[in-house]
Amino acid sequence: MEIKEKKPLEKVCLICAKGSLEDVYASLVMANGAVMEGIETNVFFTFFGLDGITKKEMNGLHTATTGNPAMRMPGGLPFPTMLGGLPGVESAVSSMMRKQMEALDMPPVDEFLEMITAGGGKIYACKLAVDMFKLKKEDLSDEVSAIITIGEFYEMCDGDRTQIIFT
Amino acid sequence: MALKTIAGVELKVSEDGYLDDMSQWNEEIAKEIAKEIGIELTPKHFEVLNHLREKTAAKEGLTIRSVGKSGIIDVKGLYVLFPKGPLKFSSKIAGIPKPTSCI
Repeated sequence: MEIKEKKPLEKVCLICAKGSLEDVYASLVMANGAVMEGIETNVFFTFFGLDGITKKEMNGLHTATTGNPAMRMPGGLPFPTMLGGLPGVESAVSSMMRKQMEALDMPPVDEFLEMITAGGGKIYACKLAVDMFKLKKEDLSDEVSAIITIGEFYEMCDGDRTQIIFT
Repeated sequence: MALKTIAGVELKVSEDGYLDDMSQWNEEIAKEIAKEIGIELTPKHFEVLNHLREKTAAKEGLTIRSVGKSGIIDVKGLYVLFPKGPLKFSSKIAGIPKPTSCI
């Protein structure tokens, strides 16, 4: 007999390991979306992903204008790699992207983290990466619950309706 | 679409229980939908529900961020009123369509 019982997700554990604007936002949108669906949510920031929860960096993230084949000019023409390498271009493109995201009601990173924790989502920083980048707890957003090891993170990922998502 | 009797009124609802016609909504219907979800409505809930209905009637998209900036309630408060479904459950109780926003 076919089993038709639905088994909704109960927990998602996201790992954000990259620090570009789109990588960090991918993690934040998925984390916030999970919290809004009533799913228990943990987000683990590691390596360059730490920029997404570092006070000094989090609201000024960049998107890569070189080595990004999907990058286009406004209007849809290809974005020349040579142009992307010029000083200031990456900053200008990134701030334009942030403006467009704001227009869709996507909040700046600090506010996004607050929205996630307001609904009970948890934010963690990777101990190894924090040590490597010589960061301290006070360098990180106040929304960060703790600096933990990957082992401790896996312990949080128990349960048979849990998914780990790496972005 | 399915037909469902809520608070003594036969209403058209979507497969997941959202009212088809928001103008058929009243407070009794809201209370009954809320009860099904497990929420008891307070005056604060109705303030939020009325805000959602006004925005929807004005064809404005809803996000938890925009509701959190409405001056009625903040995002945290919204989660307290509608646990595990700040936009989904509030929209259902407010008799408006299922939210289409990701934020």
